[in-house]
Amino acid sequence: MKLTRDNLHDFIRGAAILGTGGGGDPYVGRLMLEQELRKGTDIQILDPDDLADDIFAINVFSMGAPTVFVEKIPNGPATVISMRKVEQVLGRKFNAIMPVEAGGVNATLPLIVGALTGLPVIDADGMGRAFPELQMVTYNVYGVDICPLVTTDDFGNSVTFETTDAARSEWLARGVCVRMGGISQAAGYPMTAKQIKDTAVRHTLTLSVEIGQTVREAREQHRDPVDALLDYFMNARYPRHAAMLFDGKVVDVLRETKHGFTVGRVMLDGIEDSSGQCEVTFRNEFLIAKHDGRVVATVPDLICCLDRETAEPITTESLKYGNRVKVVGIAAAPVMRTPEALEIFGPRAFKMEEDFTPLEELA
Amino acid sequence: MRVGVDVGGTNTDAVLMDGEQVVASFKAPTTADIGGGIVNAIRTVLAQSNVIAEHVESVMIGTTQFTNAFVEGRRLVEVGIIRAALPATLSVKPLLDFPERLANAVGDHAYLVPGGYEFDGREISPLGEKEVAEAARDIKRKGLGSVAISCVFSPINSDMEKRMAEIVRNEIPDVELTLSTDIGRVGLIERENAAIMNASLVELSKRVVGSFRDALKDLNIEAPFFVSQNDGTLMSADYVERYPVLTFASGPTNSMRGAARLSGQENAIVVDIGGTTTDVGVLVHGFPRESAVSVDIGGVRTNFRMPDILSIGLGGGSLVRDGAEGLTVGPDSVGYELTEKALVFGGETLTATDIAVAAGAVDIGDKSRVQHLSGTQIEQGLAEIHRLVEDAIDRVKTSVEDAPVVLVGGGSVLVTRDLRGASEVKIPDKSPVANAIGAGMAQVGGEIDRIFSYESEGRDASLTRAKEEATARAIAAGATADSVQILEVEELPLTYMPAGAVRLRVKAVGDLAISAGGDGQ
Repeated sequence: MKLTRDNLHDFIRGAAILGTGGGGDPYVGRLMLEQELRKGTDIQILDPDDLADDIFAINVFSMGAPTVFVEKIPNGPATVISMRKVEQVLGRKFNAIMPVEAGGVNATLPLIVGALTGLPVIDADGMGRAFPELQMVTYNVYGVDICPLVTTDDFGNSVTFETTDAARSEWLARGVCVRMGGISQAAGYPMTAKQIKDTAVRHTLTLSVEIGQTVREAREQHRDPVDALLDYFMNARYPRHAAMLFDGKVVDVLRETKHGFTVGRVMLDGIEDSSGQCEVTFRNEFLIAKHDGRVVATVPDLICCLDRETAEPITTESLKYGNRVKVVGIAAAPVMRTPEALEIFGPRAFKMEEDFTPLEELA
Repeated sequence: MRVGVDVGGTNTDAVLMDGEQVVASFKAPTTADIGGGIVNAIRTVLAQSNVIAEHVESVMIGTTQFTNAFVEGRRLVEVGIIRAALPATLSVKPLLDFPERLANAVGDHAYLVPGGYEFDGREISPLGEKEVAEAARDIKRKGLGSVAISCVFSPINSDMEKRMAEIVRNEIPDVELTLSTDIGRVGLIERENAAIMNASLVELSKRVVGSFRDALKDLNIEAPFFVSQNDGTLMSADYVERYPVLTFASGPTNSMRGAARLSGQENAIVVDIGGTTTDVGVLVHGFPRESAVSVDIGGVRTNFRMPDILSIGLGGGSLVRDGAEGLTVGPDSVGYELTEKALVFGGETLTATDIAVAAGAVDIGDKSRVQHLSGTQIEQGLAEIHRLVEDAIDRVKTSVEDAPVVLVGGGSVLVTRDLRGASEVKIPDKSPVANAIGAGMAQVGGEIDRIFSYESEGRDASLTRAKEEATARAIAAGATADSVQILEVEELPLTYMPAGAVRLRVKAVGDLAISAGGDGQ
């Protein structure tokens, strides 16, 4: 796997789809990558299946509000400062970079840091999708410490967090982020090769590129891009269950902002192959889909609302009456479906009343 | 008396209006000499109605010339770009996403200087005045005459951009300046792109406005003239010289507004069926609903005010074919070759128009040439046409309730039955000159879009201040103070932020103060 200017658009579309309705618009991320790739920089990607034992990787990401990202664009060099500070605290150098999430704008930042530092980027992440909070990560589920976590502003001012747990880091760093101007560049979750192999969701960068490629090729060949995506997931290198949950049009959207999150639900009426009603609940990302009151998909399985003709992902913020969408469910990786994982990012972690049931058992 | 003129790519239309009444109208092909075409069109409507030039109180012109020039990358000038942001935003430099052809046209002259604001209005850094002056001197050395200025979060506070403009003007007295905050909204790259586009068009804009002025002089019309902008409101001639990009979508906007005026509908869905496509948009209080998403123009992403229009592949020339489940209609079309290729015109291609003729909905061409179509085929074709229109109407609606529909365009003959989702369907007469009528509707507007803190200022005080500022902008644009109304208020709470940070968009609109002489605004 290699990321170049040729497959950049595929990668960005894939990351947007894995954003499952949230994760921020990866447009700015694409521009940042474009700027680095135009310099002729080569970004090396490492396969997590054959990592050398001496790999020591750091996760890098932006924290803050998508609305601020579009003005005060995430700053690659500030992220490098955060990473160097973590090295200072640990007294050990990193030799690889990792994304904490596969969906949305944060899927792109590690690649920019890879370009800036010349370090390879590992083809794996801690969410396999997008989640709203820093503790909602497989690394955390399986005991990897988020600390030392460092966040840095555009001036190079940084704050180091040493906390009892990841949720506490999230809480404190979010507060500091506001003082830093609504956006900060972070480095945390330092990990060894063994920890990566034990806890990460693997090959998600490749996954994004292949998702984007599948959609593009289906459009070029005048095939249904949503069908093509479902085929892709069922037959991919790591096959995963995927299903068309509903084909419908949006008839109502209820949306409010609670504690800094976009919370609500969207109602769809069936068209063509679907009948009845579908309701999808969201909190930044889509969490639970119900068809005529019956649960058909639950977080952490991925629920995506895709334009029914182009398969372009529709975010929870842009959903509106009249959208024609296909609701697609994709099984989360096994590492995300264990009881320990569900405690951190299953439906109950989002204060939902339902329990997790695997997508394939709900069909 | 007012004159409305629409200079389209194909036709130049003019109407003479007295209040709400259309007194005279004229349509002729657009000529290479645009000024001459305008003179001819206005002279004709004045002659038709025996009105003398002195009785014309104002002239409103709609034009698509700037859109075409930018998309084609022709007649553009190179642009100096100064962004106040450092140390922020280094990772995405200006012009990054311009397609090569346009990037070549505007050159590579970008400067980043210290400055910019945080979302809450604090400064990122104090403005680097020395760096701005240095950039300006460099721009001067390169001989560039047009400069685009941008600044992080300038929609919250435009002071820094204004100060940058002062400094640049001090170095280059005759420079043309475009401030991003005057055009775009929140979204640095998109707003900056719009400013660069605008700056590249100012030379052309001066020439075009000059030709409009000369045309009116030829006609002895001394009344002020205005140019219609994307949202349907007007701007003065001086303003369009400085901000040509604000005309980019005025064509479809004028068409929708004109159609609505003709049908007496302030709130309606307008369905414009042409030869190849059907454009569907929503009018709210007589103005088109704006697109909430970014709009690409010539491959460059921008975020200025544009109408939200859905285009589908249905028109009078749409190809009708036998499919597995009955007849299909479109999305491809014989287009302008309809009068040669359609069956009723002696051609060999079955089109949507042939179906309408066979159904007896319209009597054009040779009806005998569609006699072979079976009742089932005609029924299937009509059902498919209506399904497409109904589907498009439903997509643009904001709620499940039925809404009035205004049907315009040459292809409107395809609609022969009631439309599902429509509370009523109106087909106005004079719709061929709807664009010019839309241009002739004399209203001006003002808008603000920025982030307020409800926590420190309170919701009521924030809303009041936002409304006052939008109103002030409408008055500054030429509206009479007592006619200004608040058209839209949109509150968007920001996610991932502490409670209280809210993005407010307020739009105010008022009637043009005609006697005030908007040309000098």
